[in-house]
Amino acid sequence: MEKKEKKKKSKSKLWMTVAPLYIFTILFVVGPLIYMLNLSFMTRAEVWGVVKKFTFDNYLKIFEPVYLDTFIESLKLSLATTLITLVVGYPFGYFMAKLSAKWKKIMMLLVVVPFWTNALIRMYGWIIIFRSNGLLDKALIGIGMTEKPLKLLYSYPAVLVGMVYSLLPFMILAIYSVAEKMDWSYIEAARDLGASRLQAFLTITVKLTLPGILSGVVLVFIPSMGLFFISDILGGGKIMLVGNLIRDQLFTTRDWPFAAALSVVLMILTSLIIMLYRKITHVRDLEGIL
Amino acid sequence: MRSYICAAVGGGMEEIMSEVILEINHIMKNFGNTEVLKDIDIKIEEGEFITLLGSSGCGKTTILRIIAGLEVPDSGTIFLNGKDVTNVEPNKRDVNTVFQNYALFPHMNVEENIGYSMKLRKVQKKAINEKVKETLELVQLSGYEKRMPSELSGGQKQRVAIARAIVNNPKVLLLDEPLGALDLQLRRQMQMELKRMQKKLGITFIYITHDQEEAINMSDRIVVMRDGKFEQIGTPTEIYDKPKTSYVAEFVGNANIIHGTTTSIQDGLAVVTAPGGNVEAEINEEQLVVGEDVTLAIRSENIILHLDKSMGGLKSLLKEKSFASGMQKIILEIEDGTEVISSSLGMNTDLAVNSTLYINFNPSHGIIVDLQSV
Amino acid sequence: MKNKTRLPHLYLALLMIIMYLPIVVVIIYSFNVSKQSTIWGGWTINWYKEVFRDSSLIEALKNSLVLGLLSCSIAGLIGTIGAVGMVKATYKSKGLVEYISTLPIMIPEIILGMVFMVFFSLLRLPFGMITLVIGHASFCIPYVFMMVKARLVGIDKSYIEAAKDLGATEVRAFLDITLPLISPAIVSGMLLAFAMSLDDVVISIFVTGAKTNTLPIKIYTQLKTGITPKINALSTLMLLGTLILVILSNVIGKRKRV
Repeated sequence: MEKKEKKKKSKSKLWMTVAPLYIFTILFVVGPLIYMLNLSFMTRAEVWGVVKKFTFDNYLKIFEPVYLDTFIESLKLSLATTLITLVVGYPFGYFMAKLSAKWKKIMMLLVVVPFWTNALIRMYGWIIIFRSNGLLDKALIGIGMTEKPLKLLYSYPAVLVGMVYSLLPFMILAIYSVAEKMDWSYIEAARDLGASRLQAFLTITVKLTLPGILSGVVLVFIPSMGLFFISDILGGGKIMLVGNLIRDQLFTTRDWPFAAALSVVLMILTSLIIMLYRKITHVRDLEGIL
Repeated sequence: MRSYICAAVGGGMEEIMSEVILEINHIMKNFGNTEVLKDIDIKIEEGEFITLLGSSGCGKTTILRIIAGLEVPDSGTIFLNGKDVTNVEPNKRDVNTVFQNYALFPHMNVEENIGYSMKLRKVQKKAINEKVKETLELVQLSGYEKRMPSELSGGQKQRVAIARAIVNNPKVLLLDEPLGALDLQLRRQMQMELKRMQKKLGITFIYITHDQEEAINMSDRIVVMRDGKFEQIGTPTEIYDKPKTSYVAEFVGNANIIHGTTTSIQDGLAVVTAPGGNVEAEINEEQLVVGEDVTLAIRSENIILHLDKSMGGLKSLLKEKSFASGMQKIILEIEDGTEVISSSLGMNTDLAVNSTLYINFNPSHGIIVDLQSV
Repeated sequence: MKNKTRLPHLYLALLMIIMYLPIVVVIIYSFNVSKQSTIWGGWTINWYKEVFRDSSLIEALKNSLVLGLLSCSIAGLIGTIGAVGMVKATYKSKGLVEYISTLPIMIPEIILGMVFMVFFSLLRLPFGMITLVIGHASFCIPYVFMMVKARLVGIDKSYIEAAKDLGATEVRAFLDITLPLISPAIVSGMLLAFAMSLDDVVISIFVTGAKTNTLPIKIYTQLKTGITPKINALSTLMLLGTLILVILSNVIGKRKRV
């Protein structure tokens, strides 16, 4: 039948356009991921490389206190980062959404520009500020708040600041994009009905901006688990996170199967979070945030 | 005398010359589980202005898209000028469409939009420019060649869309509610312009609208559609004066529908017993059976109201009266709860709400509809 | 209901200052005569001259630029036609494929880096520009894909139908109508991809070879070993470059918004 032929022809043309994407995805995304899974079950050979001996050892190893601690520390850091980013970033996005149209555009640009500068450069800036006898110390000593230079660099707080700083724009943009579309008349209606500013905020605004909060949390939490170079640079190698661990296992210890196992667990964690997020928001894709 | 013969001969010749340009044969179309078109069948003549009239969702846009080639029917065929085009790609059919939202290419100016089809056929640039100029004159937009669609008003965009579609001199032009987005005044003006253009170009127009006024003003024939089926096909006069179903009667011309039983038939007049009394309706060719149910349609302007039952009619209660643009509209309720609307010129202050009136009409205005044999 | 307090504006201003602080610091210290950032020695532009004299730095810059161009071009091609095809596709596994192809930007970079590293080893691919390009393309494609898809979805289908109605074939309709209308998204996406590629350090560390250095990697190693204000100068220059790219991307993206 002619109609079936026509359908077949247009289908094959369609295939040609998505084929490159498919091929690339299968070859260079799916393939590697499957291989990684595979690798996580293999055993490390004596000197170099891997032996194809199936084992669960790598996963069991994760439960050893020292490694389990690392995971827990990473999670704690990510949680802390996310929380602080939320507390700092929410008001920012909210206030930004209330600006005039002209200022909104200006602010948007101002927020995005640092975001696009090299992350390392920004970390470096913090080093200059935080290091012993660096800018912060000079400022604090100058106004008499402290006598000796503080050992701020290469510490947990420094790493936290670095993480929050790097990921803040994501949270701000997520909150802003939701707050901007909000219909302020809801607040006015609530106030008209007798709610105080705080009540109106808690019951109306927070609920309405919840999608933004959720997407912001996801956008901050997931990358935070992998930003090992921040703890590397600002933590001076003293703070071991999952990212650092994986990197070490790959480059130094050369225990690839273990590194693979760690990565698989990390992936499962992040996937769970994404799935949770999707369930909560019934959102099919994250395109809106771009 | 001579002019009469010429006219007669001319008229006769015209009838013979009119041939079928588009044949739509038993088209059926489903979208998922919904039957959108159920056995659509019609022959459209060359040079006619035919309108598909119906409310949204009745399937009229789908038919248009099938004719254009943008949809493929599940069964049935389309013949254009004798050739089977059912499965032919839209770009290969000699049919052009004026889209509801104009669909003017936003990144091209007026000239490029109109000339696009010619560019595709590799016509020389000079020839394109000339033809575009000609067509712009026809739609009264001379000099607008370099404007961008975003700079045009609704009415102007509309005319460019038409220009773009007629520049090829297609056999059939499809218009999907082209005047829907325009304000009333502009719409009325465009209606006349479109009609004038159609007559001048001689292109067959297949027009879609839900506005009965538009359909009556512009068309040679109207097709009233309902739920994927053709309810009635006829000239505007036929549709207005002789609706076959209560749906058509109500859709075109806002008729009142009264249900009753035929009690007697004599001398071409049927006496119908309806809630609250008797009325008479003229029979033309309808086959009525005494004792059977019958449905009558009467236009609101044909309703006559009496204060007593000496002239017959149906007993009713006056519920509401209003006055607008010189017409008095009275809403009455007959004994079975049916609402009847009467509209008349001038204002009658005697009639009070909740008073009893008798509804009647000239038997020739009582249209018998919904006959089963139809 | 107007907020009479200045609190919002203060908060925004304060945070903006904090956000730009490190950047400003880096820029200022690029003019510092003294090598150490704890001592201010006076103003100079020597370090900028040093940047251009450092051949390994210039080499790394060249590599980064080439890498960025290649990655964003591949992304532009694959991402665009992929988006075009995906928007029209209607079969069920479509959602899954989309999800998987955008995975590279959703999972932590370290995993991606690690995954590529072991995979390329398996395939015995030489670590260097090739592996870098593949690695970068994988996270560049989703950006172009998503931006083009978003724009594509917003374009009225009737434009294509009108083109076909007027005689255009499928291909012609795409070239004459769709492509011009999505080009701002393609360009924005590619610029974005280019900026992301230029910025990447994590994935690059894992997939680069010993001999191939990208700029971020060079900066990273220097940060860990010994810093000179040369890095400040270089960073300032990079900042300028990225700024121009971002502004370009915004300008092009805002034009032709129909």
